[in-house]
Amino acid sequence: MNIRKIKSPLDESEARSLRAGDIVTLSGELLTARDEAHLRVLELLRAGHELPFQLEGAAVYHCGPIMRHDGMWKVVAAGPTTSARLDRLAPELIRRCRPRLLIGKGGMSSETLEAMKEVGCAYLAFPGGAAVLAAEALPEVLNVHWEDLGMPEAVWHLRAENFGPLVVAMDSHGRSLFKEVEDTVKKRSVLL
Amino acid sequence: MYSSSLIEETVVRLLKEAECSLPPDVHAALRQALEAETEEMPRSQLMAILSNVDKADERSVPMCQDTGLPIFFVRGRCDHRVIESIRKGVARATKEIPLRPNTVDPVSRTNFGSNLGEGMPPVHLEPADQDHLDIAVLPKGAGSENWSALRMLNPSEGMEGVRRFVIDCVVRAGSRPCPPIVVGVGIGGTADMACSLAKKALLRKLGSRSDDATLADLESKLHVQINSLGLGPMGLGGSTTCLGVLVEKAHCHTASLPVAVSLNCWAARKAFARVYPDGRVKFSQEGFD
Repeated sequence: MNIRKIKSPLDESEARSLRAGDIVTLSGELLTARDEAHLRVLELLRAGHELPFQLEGAAVYHCGPIMRHDGMWKVVAAGPTTSARLDRLAPELIRRCRPRLLIGKGGMSSETLEAMKEVGCAYLAFPGGAAVLAAEALPEVLNVHWEDLGMPEAVWHLRAENFGPLVVAMDSHGRSLFKEVEDTVKKRSVLL
Repeated sequence: MYSSSLIEETVVRLLKEAECSLPPDVHAALRQALEAETEEMPRSQLMAILSNVDKADERSVPMCQDTGLPIFFVRGRCDHRVIESIRKGVARATKEIPLRPNTVDPVSRTNFGSNLGEGMPPVHLEPADQDHLDIAVLPKGAGSENWSALRMLNPSEGMEGVRRFVIDCVVRAGSRPCPPIVVGVGIGGTADMACSLAKKALLRKLGSRSDDATLADLESKLHVQINSLGLGPMGLGGSTTCLGVLVEKAHCHTASLPVAVSLNCWAARKAFARVYPDGRVKFSQEGFD
């Protein structure tokens, strides 16, 4: 298996160079964001406020980690959450903030894929539940925002080191591996 | 007759085992899945999953960050005091293991940090005249729980209607409940009973067959058909979509045919403890016997 190494934050051409089916590992910075963080980001931006962190060029990780505080924050377990839950909010967030990578599990809708295509953003799938493997690749907590949302919903600013295997499952050219598998599954299920 | 501190202690250990070590039947099924897959994509997903399971076990940390809602099943001579001890055990386990505080108020979404709340954790009590107390825990993550489904079928749809509904549920859930999944099915009872049966089915050992011949056939047929869908590990394609199908039933109204489906992710966590009156406790991840 040919595994490419990528670094975040990244620019549009780097994001567009990722193709569905590629397997990569990521080093650099990422920000976790789930339902509550997405809601707050959009609420602030719609009201014309600034965000306390930089989403442009960023890797956004759909993850609600287990953290431990022993003098400093450490990641205990940090697998991805179901990205599809964020489909209601993601297209607007992608268009407003221009993140270059979304990382999660299970894939996202055609509306989200459309926004990714427009802006130049790729979706990377990490195996769901592989939380210890992920924690090992997230050795440093750089910051935490919005702790009032609770541990899973807060925005954790983390440093990644060879985080993977990440499958480029949706690319900025409109291809989605999840959609392709789903179409096959639907066809086959009718025959059963 | 059982001291509350013994029950509390048992609950903490049950949760630790369930969250950090994959039950042997599930582990074996995942290894078998890896052997069966020939393509690079499903193999990459299963290898990552199995390596994650080993690391969690070695380090005694939860295998998945969604440590779920711990659902308890208690059988024996018991009353409200056992629920109080379970609550204490859950709050302690949340701090000590640690578990992710998942329990929130459904309206305000406030998280109180302890995994306790109104009605939480769920405890199913089954009074029984036996000297020992059986406690099982099924920590259930939201990724799979969110795809639970109930349908009140027309009785004339029969077992064919049940089969179709289960397939449709798996297709609709797709990649989202973290396949390869375990499929629990409850047939009959009332609407709420069908849901409970589907959940309780997930405690059964993978590979075990229903005592009822018709249901045993339904289990194997669904297992083969679901795996023929091609959804594969994490929904990225492959020949292993489910690790097993487990069906439970109860009698129902002559005009009803309730069917409920409860899916479990590959991290199909479960642990069992048999507490004896003399204070001995027997732990297992395969069942009570």
